[in-house]
Amino acid sequence: MTLKLFTLLLQAAVSTLGISLISIAIGFVIAIVLSAAILSHKPAYVFSARLFISFFRGVPLLVQLLLIYTLLPVIGINVPSIVAAIVGLSLCTAAYQAENLRGGFESVPPGLIEAAEVTGLNPQQTFFRIRVPIALRLTFPALINEAIMILKSSSLVSVVGIIEITKMAQDLASSTYLPIPIFASAALIYLVINSFVVLIGRFAERSLGGASA
Amino acid sequence: MIFNPAIIMEKLPEIGSGLMVTLILWLVGIAGGVAVGFVVATVRRFGGRMINLGLGTIVEVLRGTPFLIQVFLLYYGGPFIGLMLDPIPCGLIGLTIYSAAYYSEIFRAGYAAVPPGHVEAAQCLGLTRLQAIRRIQIPEMALIVLPPSVNLAVILLKESAVLSIITVPELTATVSAIGSQQYAFLEAIFLLAVIYWVIVELTGRLGRLAEHRLSRLRFANA
Repeated sequence: MTLKLFTLLLQAAVSTLGISLISIAIGFVIAIVLSAAILSHKPAYVFSARLFISFFRGVPLLVQLLLIYTLLPVIGINVPSIVAAIVGLSLCTAAYQAENLRGGFESVPPGLIEAAEVTGLNPQQTFFRIRVPIALRLTFPALINEAIMILKSSSLVSVVGIIEITKMAQDLASSTYLPIPIFASAALIYLVINSFVVLIGRFAERSLGGASA
Repeated sequence: MIFNPAIIMEKLPEIGSGLMVTLILWLVGIAGGVAVGFVVATVRRFGGRMINLGLGTIVEVLRGTPFLIQVFLLYYGGPFIGLMLDPIPCGLIGLTIYSAAYYSEIFRAGYAAVPPGHVEAAQCLGLTRLQAIRRIQIPEMALIVLPPSVNLAVILLKESAVLSIITVPELTATVSAIGSQQYAFLEAIFLLAVIYWVIVELTGRLGRLAEHRLSRLRFANA
């Protein structure tokens, strides 16, 4: 295990980070739509959103990735495999984030909403100034957890040939016959990234004022 | 491409054997993980600070790294330290270690959630420490740990698909191989998704049923 090999792993980590961050961001946007559909209480919307969430939470991510990877070209969408991978990760994390968001919105104390209405805020103001900030604060710890899950799950995109930490480690291990130091270093890099995410999460939670507010 | 599920139906016996391997891996992984996880949580709680710190570090490493990397380390790294494992035993060991780390955290939270007053009360009534753990702490924990345990069981089923990468002949490996042989990859993956989906939904329902039963049992005794 030389410094050169470790540097290669670190370079691949940039790709892991990029894929994960983009997927979490896209997933968050889809999750907003999904949770809005469920909270709308319109049967057709609720049913479609629930079906989506149930499917993406019920099927292994590896199978989802294989499905998207084969399905996209069949329906005439030819995109680079990295795009397919990001689509897969985004849809999966969207399902989990939607459940978190819905939980957050449902746990906003009704008294606060009533208070906002009594104070003279219109429904829009109540939504954007009271419900959204409180729900986001309540779901923040779950969002950090989800970020860690996706960082770890992104190792699966190595299967569709994308060079990130895991794929790089696999290639290096087979070309150098040093699987133990290489996979251990890869594990260490994941561990350090995840610890950072946890730390950032704690810091952000504190500056958001915590869940008590 | 014409969607033709009949191609897949011819291969039903093979799919069945893949499903069996997945179910065995899954159930052994859960049972082993619960057993080891419970021991780890118990030792951490009652075994002193250094042991707690050591085990805690191992648990955090296992929880902070991808399952795939752990499996690679075991499968490709094992032979270098004299641990030659066939894919299935390797998968079993990997899944058990991984699930033990998560189950130990569930049990740890379970221990922490039992009010200390209950245990103290038991000891005041003359129960020994071991009796208090066995008769008071563990039954009270059961209800607390059930929902996250079912959740984790679902996660483990889905993680077991990862073992197809080290050529364990489980459901994902079997069905996708059939798909490539028959030039029906999309049908195969669809079928695969549906099978997992059904098992996950059934598990969730079973878990809620068990939760319901257990909480009724508790109130009946109270």
